[in-house]
Amino acid sequence: MSDSPLPVAFDRRAFLKSGASLVFVVGTGGITIARRAAGQTVSAAARAIAPTSLDSWLQLDASGAVTAFFGKMDMGQGVDTAIAQVVAEELDVDVARVTVVMGDTHRTPNQGGASGSSGCRLGANALRNAAAEARRVLVARASERLGVPAADLRVTDGRVSAAGGSGRAVTYGELIADGFATELDWNERYGNNLNVTGVAKPKSPGDYRVVGTPVPRKDIAGKVMATTEYCHHVRLPGMLHARTLRPPVANAVPVRVDESSIAAIPGARVVRKGDFIAVVAPQEWHAIKASRELKVTWSETAPPFPRGDTLFSHIRAAPVASDSARGGFGGAGQPINAEPTLAAIASSARRVEADYEVPFQSHARMGPSVGVADVRAGEALVYSDTQKSHDQRDGIAKILGLPPEKVRVIWKPGPGSYGRSDSDEAAFEAAVISQLVGAPVRVQWMRNEGHGWDPKAPACVISCKAGLNASNEIAAWYFRAKGFSGWDVNFNSADPKDTLVGQLLGIKKGDAHNFGAPAESYAFPNTVKYWETIPTLLDRASPLRCAHMRAPQEPQVHFAHESFIDEVAAAAGVDPIALRLKHLRDPREIAVVEEVARLSKWQSRPSPASSRSDAVLRGRGVSLNSGFGGYVATVCEVEVERATGRVWPRRFFVAHDCGLIINPRGLHGTIEGNVVQGVSRTLFEEVRFDERNVLSVDWATYPILEIGDAPESIEIATINRPEEPSGGAGEPAHVTIPAAIANAVFDATGVRMRRLPLTVERVKAALA
Amino acid sequence: MPRYTVIVDGTRRELEADADMPLLYALRGDLALKGPKFGCGLAQCGACTVILNGAATRSCVIPLSAVDGASVRTLDGLGTADKPHPVQAAFIAEEAAQCGYCTNGWIMTAVAGLERNPNPTDAEIRSMLAGLKCRCGTHMAIMRAVRRAADALASTSADNSSERDA
Repeated sequence: MSDSPLPVAFDRRAFLKSGASLVFVVGTGGITIARRAAGQTVSAAARAIAPTSLDSWLQLDASGAVTAFFGKMDMGQGVDTAIAQVVAEELDVDVARVTVVMGDTHRTPNQGGASGSSGCRLGANALRNAAAEARRVLVARASERLGVPAADLRVTDGRVSAAGGSGRAVTYGELIADGFATELDWNERYGNNLNVTGVAKPKSPGDYRVVGTPVPRKDIAGKVMATTEYCHHVRLPGMLHARTLRPPVANAVPVRVDESSIAAIPGARVVRKGDFIAVVAPQEWHAIKASRELKVTWSETAPPFPRGDTLFSHIRAAPVASDSARGGFGGAGQPINAEPTLAAIASSARRVEADYEVPFQSHARMGPSVGVADVRAGEALVYSDTQKSHDQRDGIAKILGLPPEKVRVIWKPGPGSYGRSDSDEAAFEAAVISQLVGAPVRVQWMRNEGHGWDPKAPACVISCKAGLNASNEIAAWYFRAKGFSGWDVNFNSADPKDTLVGQLLGIKKGDAHNFGAPAESYAFPNTVKYWETIPTLLDRASPLRCAHMRAPQEPQVHFAHESFIDEVAAAAGVDPIALRLKHLRDPREIAVVEEVARLSKWQSRPSPASSRSDAVLRGRGVSLNSGFGGYVATVCEVEVERATGRVWPRRFFVAHDCGLIINPRGLHGTIEGNVVQGVSRTLFEEVRFDERNVLSVDWATYPILEIGDAPESIEIATINRPEEPSGGAGEPAHVTIPAAIANAVFDATGVRMRRLPLTVERVKAALA
Repeated sequence: MPRYTVIVDGTRRELEADADMPLLYALRGDLALKGPKFGCGLAQCGACTVILNGAATRSCVIPLSAVDGASVRTLDGLGTADKPHPVQAAFIAEEAAQCGYCTNGWIMTAVAGLERNPNPTDAEIRSMLAGLKCRCGTHMAIMRAVRRAADALASTSADNSSERDA
């Protein structure tokens, strides 16, 4: 297969300006020259991507086509379409003219990649300002060209004309020549908070014509017509296929390898460095066969894990490694002083106490990790579906011993990613192997690695306590999460210490700590909320290392907290929505709770429901989350089959406020995905393991939701707030799902489920 | 290595590969198709689905030696940008994809399913699509898309029969 094309046409001007790349071509082999000719070298493709340069953000060509360079990427929610809308809005061009290039370290500014529901929330800001400034510059040029004051010009789809119909007009394409050559003010930050501003002010939301409309997603047709090139499709000339080998017992290392065991497989050979071992072969099937047939003797090692069925007692008994007073997002938090709260609860007229348990969960992406790397002659070209290509570039540079500017990571679409999944692993491994063998290498993990060796959402035990006074009013409120660290693996791969291969090469893993606590505006008196983390189970190349998974640890935190609010409401004999509204202070949280009550035709009454004798029990539950600039209240109506224990969340109602809505249709699909993935995590997902290793290694041993369990309907009410900045939508709705379901199951059955997932076995046993 | 002939989307393809190599690797590797994806290699997820003898089939586990001389339909050959298959048109209209990695399996399974049962109930659509995985949670839009495709096919077939009647 020929070279995979770049997402947009190769920038010929940049190529011609790059004398260094021409020198580099001399004396290299034919394959390399072919690659160079397509503009795919690290040097040749380099653009000047200083954030202060408007040309770093936007390019126009003579035809009026607009290319926006976005330092984030789309995980399947249509962020690129939203960005195109923002750019088209400010430039006054048809959105069809706008192409968005994402996550290429040599073409896009470092905006921090995909994380924290920040695609629109933060990522759109720089491009909105840049596009507004671009329009100002182009209109100024048109003013000069036409001899008409800028104030008397208007722009219609990239055509600048004099108001009043004099007929004088010029197109953006005729004005762009050698680019913008315009400086922007930069806030001198990289990552999610990077922003730039120009002289021009962006439009006020009242003038929007493209933003806020349901522009069809740009990516759908390619995915449906099988023309989208995923990272999995990338192939380079002379590329070898690699497969990695994993030990049967976590922490075992290869001590002896019998290379003769794969001698009969054409071209297959073993690649080893440190404790990292892989096989390569020219044909993919031969690499797979070699990985299955290679005889490896692994070191004898003591099984590193507790028994899987002792997970929660392990967490309860484990020493505290860190806590919310010492670390987490935003640095150190408030000092923890639980004693006054606990004393108040102890002396309350009534006490409500509950522990909630959440096991490890796997990112379990549809396709396991893949990466392609060509590391030769002191530079590296890497294709990856990472969420953070700029960080990955830095990490790969470190593991290869190259300067970062000699490493180019090109993001390509992948099988979704909802946190620090396995998506960062194979690219590092491909780079390491390519450097060793001197040829382009594609590493494709197999299914057992995608489940068994991805970073896991951290398991936890969350303890909640409340004291009620004699009037059933809340007098004190206690929340403590205790679990594995969500930063056991860092949220980016800027350092190889956070990768499997890095640790197998002897780089010491990091020791960062984070979990989470609820941040909604409930004003309970005498409240303490904090988290504690416990030591990792294995500090080197662990299949149970932990990382954030969709909304960091908020699904676990809110399963507990929003369940507990319902437990207190039930104990006090009050309606769970009424209890929430009584204590909430944030008007946007109140608004979504009121909206979901209206949408779901909520009947105010305490839980559980009065009738609980039918074969199929029905109930409703509510849950709230605010975070990442999004505010979501969800009501779930469940059916519980008494005989089987099956829980079917039949209907969902979601009230959603994420500020200014850029694309209502894309938002709708994003919310549906949040809900359905949440159902999967709530009802089905649990990583099983024993003392030796992870036992959940495929879809049979790690079941997820299938279509038979999908809801019948998801009704969504969005609250558009054009006056508020766009908030996040990729995570907040997801966070509400576990408690909404568990609360509905309690309402239906009178049985409180405090451990995820709510499997049929567990529910049936609880109902017995 | 032995040679095999497979008719892929109507074109005869000569393939040279190990007898035990799954069809998927010929489609992805030798023929550079983009539709069938590697998801599990275990016939558990459906990302690799093709239509073989009219049935949705997991190409990741069926060896090349078992399809010698057979006719295979893939997403790559299903429709064109100008003339998408009705199921593809429905998936586009409903925006029934997020990351899109699993989309191949849903479309090919729906195509085979609707060929066997052109007038499915909503419950039959669910059972037609059982066993497929989607990690992004796109199921609601997928169900709407397959409903839309079924309705479109039904109205086309009604048009055709009324033409025949006329």
